[in-house]
Amino acid sequence: MAVHETLYEVMRQHGITRRSFLKFCSLTAAGLGMGPEFAGKLAHALETKPRTPVIWLHGLECTCCTESFIRSGNPLAGDVILSMISLDYDDTLMAAAGHQAEELLEQTIEKYDGQYVLACEGNPPLNEDGMYCIQGGIPYVEKLKHMADHCKAIVAWGSCASWGCVQAAKPNPTRAVPIHKVIRDKPIVKVPGCPPIAEVMTGVLTYMIAFDRLPPLDRQGRPLMFYSQRLHDKCYRRPHFDAGQFVERFDDEGARKGYCLYKVGCKGPTTYNACSTVEWNDGLSWPVKSGHGCIGCAENDFWDKGSFYSAVTTAGFSAGAEATADKVGGVLAGAAAIGVAAHAAASVVSHMTGKQSEESSNG
Amino acid sequence: MSSTTAASGPGTSSLKPVYVYEAPVRIWHWTHAISIIVLSITGYLIANPLPALHGEASNHFMMGYIRMIHFIAGYVFAIGFAVRIYWAFVGNRFSRELFIPPVWSREWRGHLMHKIKFNLFLTRKMEKTVAHNPLAQVAMWFFNVLVGLFMVVSGFALYGEGLGVGSWADRWFGWLIPMMGSSMEVKMWHTLGMWLLIVFAIIHIYMAVRSDIMGRESCVSTIIGGWRYWKDDQP
Repeated sequence: MAVHETLYEVMRQHGITRRSFLKFCSLTAAGLGMGPEFAGKLAHALETKPRTPVIWLHGLECTCCTESFIRSGNPLAGDVILSMISLDYDDTLMAAAGHQAEELLEQTIEKYDGQYVLACEGNPPLNEDGMYCIQGGIPYVEKLKHMADHCKAIVAWGSCASWGCVQAAKPNPTRAVPIHKVIRDKPIVKVPGCPPIAEVMTGVLTYMIAFDRLPPLDRQGRPLMFYSQRLHDKCYRRPHFDAGQFVERFDDEGARKGYCLYKVGCKGPTTYNACSTVEWNDGLSWPVKSGHGCIGCAENDFWDKGSFYSAVTTAGFSAGAEATADKVGGVLAGAAAIGVAAHAAASVVSHMTGKQSEESSNG
Repeated sequence: MSSTTAASGPGTSSLKPVYVYEAPVRIWHWTHAISIIVLSITGYLIANPLPALHGEASNHFMMGYIRMIHFIAGYVFAIGFAVRIYWAFVGNRFSRELFIPPVWSREWRGHLMHKIKFNLFLTRKMEKTVAHNPLAQVAMWFFNVLVGLFMVVSGFALYGEGLGVGSWADRWFGWLIPMMGSSMEVKMWHTLGMWLLIVFAIIHIYMAVRSDIMGRESCVSTIIGGWRYWKDDQP
C-alpha cells in the first residue's frame, strides 16, 4: 500500500469505472448541498489528493450504524466508501481477524500517524475499568484512546458515540459515555441517529477525506449540512400542523388522512436530522411518511425522555415519579389556589377573633 | 394589639400619599400581566393542541395563528421586561425594589421575618410598607425577575429553532439548548416556567386584594393610579 495513492486509484482498483466514479461525485456534491460546479471539484480532489485512511472502531453498540452504512441508498456510494474503509480497519466488515487484524491498527499508526480519520461506532463503558467492552484483550476505552492519540479527526457515528444512546440510558450500569467525554484533544464530528442515514454518513466522510477538513459544524458538533434543521421544519405533514389538524389516535380519521402526528408523540419538532429530506432506503420512506411519529433517535438521551407516544417529555425534574410539566404545574397551581383560599378563610377568622378579643378587652 | 388596625377607616389618614409607581412602571405592570395571560393560554395550546379541524389543510391556519399570537405576546413580554430594567436605572427608588431585595440589610430581614410570621397568623401586628413589602419583594425577584428572565431566554432559544441556525435568536439565545441537554428539555422547563408564573399570579392577586381590604394602605388602586394612600395615622 503506497502512502501517496489517491482515493480515485483505490476506487479503480476495486473495479469501479470512471463513469461510476463521476456519478458518485455528482451525487455526493448534491447530497452535501453544494452547487453543480462542485462535482468537478470533488472529482479533482479525489483524483489528486493522497487518500486519507479511515479506521472504523466499534465499542458498545448494536452495529446498526454499519448496517445502515452498507445499505447506502445509492449502492455505489456505499461500495466506494466501504471499499476504502475496509482497506484499513473495520473489525465487523474486514476479512482479517484476531492478531492479524489488530496488527493493522499499529501499521496504520506507523504509516499515517496524525493523518487518518477515526470513525467510532458505539461508545466506551468506563465502569470496572472499562471491562464491559474488551477487544483483543484490552478494554475498548484504552484502544479508543490509543487510536485517537494518532488520528487527525474523529467521526462519532450514531447516537451511541455522539450522546450515549441506549446503553447510557438510566441507570447506565456500565457508565457508557459518548466519545467527547473521553477524547478531548481532537476535533469530533457527531453524526447522531440510531442509526444515522446512510447518505449522511457517506456524505460527511466524503467531505472530510476529499477536502481534508471538517464540515461546518453546529454548537454541538453536528454537520450543519444535515443537522441544521428539525424534521418538523421540512416535514411534508407540516401544513397539517399549521392548520391544527392532528392524529388523535392511530386508528382515527386523521391518521388515515395523514394529519400531523404531534399529538401522538412525534418528536419531529425537537429533533435535528435529515430524515424529512433525505429519507431512508434510497428515499423510499421515513417514519412520519409511514404513519408513525419520529422517536427523536438523533437527540441527546432520547431513551430517557418518557414515552415515544407522548408529545411532552417526562424527563428532568421527576427523579422517580413520571410526571409532565403540565401535571407538575397543574398540581402547583391547584395547591396555590387551595392555599390562597385557606389563607383567605383563616384571615377572615383571624380578623373576627381579633375583633372579638378587642371587644372583650374593651368591655 | 390589633388596636392599630381598627384605629381609623380608609381614607381618613392625614399622612401624605406617596407617589410609588410611576407611569412606565404601571404600564409595564399591565402589559406584562396581559402578555402573561395571552402567553399562558397560547403556550398551553401549543403544548396541548385543540382537537383536530377537518377539511383541507389549506383552509386552516389554527396552530399558525396560535403560535403567531404567542410570539407577538412573547415580544411584548420581552421588550416590556427590557424597558422595565431600563426604568430601574432612571426611575424613582421604588422602581429598583423588584430587582434588588436588600438582603444585606438586617432591618429589611427583620421586616421579612415579621411579614412571614404575619402571613402565618403568628402575629397580628401589621407593618406599613411604602412600596413592596419584603416578602413580596422576594417573591417578585424570584418569579418576575428570575423566572421571567428564564422565560425570555428559553422562549427566544426555541423561537430561534424555527428561525434557523445563524438567526439572531439562535445566535443570542441558542446556547441554552445544548446547555440544558436538548430542545425537549428547554420546552419542558419553558412549560414549567409558565406554571410558576401562574402560581405567582394566583398568590400575587390574592395578596394584593387581601392587603387592599385588610391592610393599612391602598394597594390595587396604587398600581392603577400610582399613589399610595394611607388608612390610618399610626407609624
